[in-house]
Amino acid sequence: MSVLDQHRTTTAKIFPHPLDAWYVAAWDHEVTARKPLARTVAGRPLALFRTPDGRAAALADACWHRLAPLSMGELTPEGGIQCPYHGLRYDASGRCTSMPAQQTVNPSAAVPSYPVVERYRYVWVWVGDAEKADPDLVPDMSQMDSPEWAGDGLLIEAPCNYQLVLDNLMDLTHEEFVHGSSIGQAELSESEFDTTHDGDTVTVSRWMRDIDPPPFWAKNMRDKFPDFTGRVDRWQIIHYRAPSTICIDVGVAKAGTGAPEGDRSQGVNGYVMNTITPETDRSCHYFWAFMRNYRLESQLITTQLRQGVEGVFAEDEAMLTAQQRAIDAHPDYEFYSLNIDAGGMWVRRILEAMLRAEGRLDEPADRPTDLTRAG
Amino acid sequence: MVAEARPRWGDAEVVAAVDVADGIRRITLRRGAREPRRAPAGSHLDVEVDLGGGRRDVRSYSIVSSDETATEVSLSVLAVADSRGGSRHMHALATGDRLRCTQPLQNFELRPGHARQVLLAGGVGITALLAMGEILARRGADHAFVYAGRTRGAMAYLDDVVERHGDAARIHVDDEGTPLDVPTLVAEIAAHPAGHDTELYMCGPIRLMDAVRRAWADAGLPTHHLRFETFGSSGWFTPEEFEVVVPRLGLTRTVRADSTVLETLAEAGVEMMYDCRKGECGLCQVDVVDVDGHVDHRDVFFSADEHRTTRRMCTCVSRAARGDDRASAGAAVLTLDLP
Ligand SMILES: Cc1cc2nc3c(=O)[nH]c(=O)nc-3n(C[C@H](O)[C@H](O)[C@H](O)COP(=O)(O)OP(=O)(O)OC[C@H]3O[C@@H](n4cnc5c(N)ncnc54)[C@H](O)[C@@H]3O)c2cc1C
Ligand code: FES
Ligand code: FES
Ligand SMILES: [Fe+2]
Repeated sequence: MSVLDQHRTTTAKIFPHPLDAWYVAAWDHEVTARKPLARTVAGRPLALFRTPDGRAAALADACWHRLAPLSMGELTPEGGIQCPYHGLRYDASGRCTSMPAQQTVNPSAAVPSYPVVERYRYVWVWVGDAEKADPDLVPDMSQMDSPEWAGDGLLIEAPCNYQLVLDNLMDLTHEEFVHGSSIGQAELSESEFDTTHDGDTVTVSRWMRDIDPPPFWAKNMRDKFPDFTGRVDRWQIIHYRAPSTICIDVGVAKAGTGAPEGDRSQGVNGYVMNTITPETDRSCHYFWAFMRNYRLESQLITTQLRQGVEGVFAEDEAMLTAQQRAIDAHPDYEFYSLNIDAGGMWVRRILEAMLRAEGRLDEPADRPTDLTRAG
Repeated sequence: MVAEARPRWGDAEVVAAVDVADGIRRITLRRGAREPRRAPAGSHLDVEVDLGGGRRDVRSYSIVSSDETATEVSLSVLAVADSRGGSRHMHALATGDRLRCTQPLQNFELRPGHARQVLLAGGVGITALLAMGEILARRGADHAFVYAGRTRGAMAYLDDVVERHGDAARIHVDDEGTPLDVPTLVAEIAAHPAGHDTELYMCGPIRLMDAVRRAWADAGLPTHHLRFETFGSSGWFTPEEFEVVVPRLGLTRTVRADSTVLETLAEAGVEMMYDCRKGECGLCQVDVVDVDGHVDHRDVFFSADEHRTTRRMCTCVSRAARGDDRASAGAAVLTLDLP
């Protein structure tokens, strides 16, 4: 076997997901002390809720007794959850605290509970080895709640393997074809790009100088510079952090005013915040937000940008849905790569290393042929 | 308990066996199987032991340390006098010997989510708590590690506990005049600002654990904050042979010291209902009509009140015993009615 044969999974169509990682389970406002939220994270169905003092908790969504989903139950005044079926009660650490039909509580009765961190307007959970759940490993998404940035976002339930979304975000040449009416333009494919990687990060940078701004960016420029017309320098700097967070530094500035050299004062700057949580092998929760660092006071702009990007991402969702369907309809076909896939391929390489560290690299997806390329 | 509770049996080889305290031997096994992660704190292995005369049985031993894949794990076994021979078999093991064991089984899981944790080890019960202490110390969690024993020489890992836990360690040694006073310990826990959000994890002799349970209830602390591992064969009386009578079935049988009511009745052809076989679920309960002697309740299903009135008992673990006046009065007799 050649040394080059060690990366068998890099072009897997159904990519397994690491377990030892923080994944976003929900927007902070989705998790409440009124009613549990059911959501599957990395293959683990969870019941998410808050205790009366506001702490978020994540329990396995199956009662110890007969596995009824706890998320269908009620929250208790003591800050726990009651099974909807025979009334067993659990505290936020998953211990059973009451068995209605007896005087004692079986000491073995408990459901798994998962470490939770609340950060950047999201509730993150760790479904892997709890002893490795270091809060410092939460990827930096600080623009989400920094006073220097404003914006909002939504959640897309995407019926595709999470890796397809990462591929989509690591190569933005698709904008010309998928998002032609808003942000796409031919210069995306024509311009050069740089790909670098370091540890668990990958960065893809692309500068397009002296171009006509596409409609989305022309509007943003006029929000900041009402009289602006003319050409711009446009940038897209894609920051990936393992396993599945991608923050894209995007913007345009009046052409020739020094943005590529570091002076962005004559431009508008946004951050497209994406974090993708595998749900099953063929579905994922795609959390996104668009943050901006100008006109922070304008709720109108926040709403317009959220709606605008929602429309753009609906185009991605339609493509990803169709792509997954085509993949499943052609089980014997393989993926082949183009030069534009460099960023996405480094992402896959990093995920491969994480899976190997967990001893799960050879874990078969539901079809073994998905993992290896013929030959 | 949660997740995979079904034992998977495999082969293992003894790679080290050394004494770590008076009567306690540390045995390191290399298992053939690998796990995705190290053995969790509080977990144990089931090991097949040879009781002599070709009789084999299963004993459980807590894992005191493990490598990243739970391939190499260490146990520490106390030599038990008057035993059926499980611990004797373990003490006779030498490097290179082979035996059968399960993957790490978890029944005593440390759960984050409470403000404070107190660990309480009595004697060889230290084995179940050592790895938990390590995690709490590493996390810098607010905790105390209480370790009680009869003599210093019989307390395995004493130096490790003192060194690792510093001010959080509290050592009690009977023959040095510093025995553990349970009511004082529990009162201190209750008086701590985080008292009502403190979990106590304990493993030790049944009498110690029973004293803690009573003091805990008296202090009004939530009972589900009390976590314990019983090393199985612990009751108020040493197991002895007794008679079981079921008048409705016209049945009388002898329950051997190494058997149970459940097993004896099932062997006699009585269709018995049961599930956990460790005194937790209550499915094996029967009505107690009469006892000549004492009922030795060993379950955690019935409450203390229910144990006192003894209208029912769990047949999988609870027994009858004559106790001290055994010689004069003969074997205890337990009369039952079955549903
Ligand atoms: C989860 C778990 C973890 C454990 N971890 C450890 C550990 O880390 N280290 C360790 O040394 N031990 C541990 N034990 C105890 C261990 O499994 C054995 O019980 C112990 O080694 C004694 O076995 P034995 O065959 O030598 O003695 P046994 O014959 O089982 O005798 C032990 C005691 O039980 C009494 N006894 C005898 N027959 C019966 C019976 N039929 N029913 C009930 N009691 C009886 C004996 O009189 C004696 O006092 C653990 C037990 C459990 C359940
Ligand atoms: S299934 Fe939850 S109490 Fe029975
Ligand atoms: S079988 Fe569960 S208590 Fe006896
Ligand atoms: Fe897109």
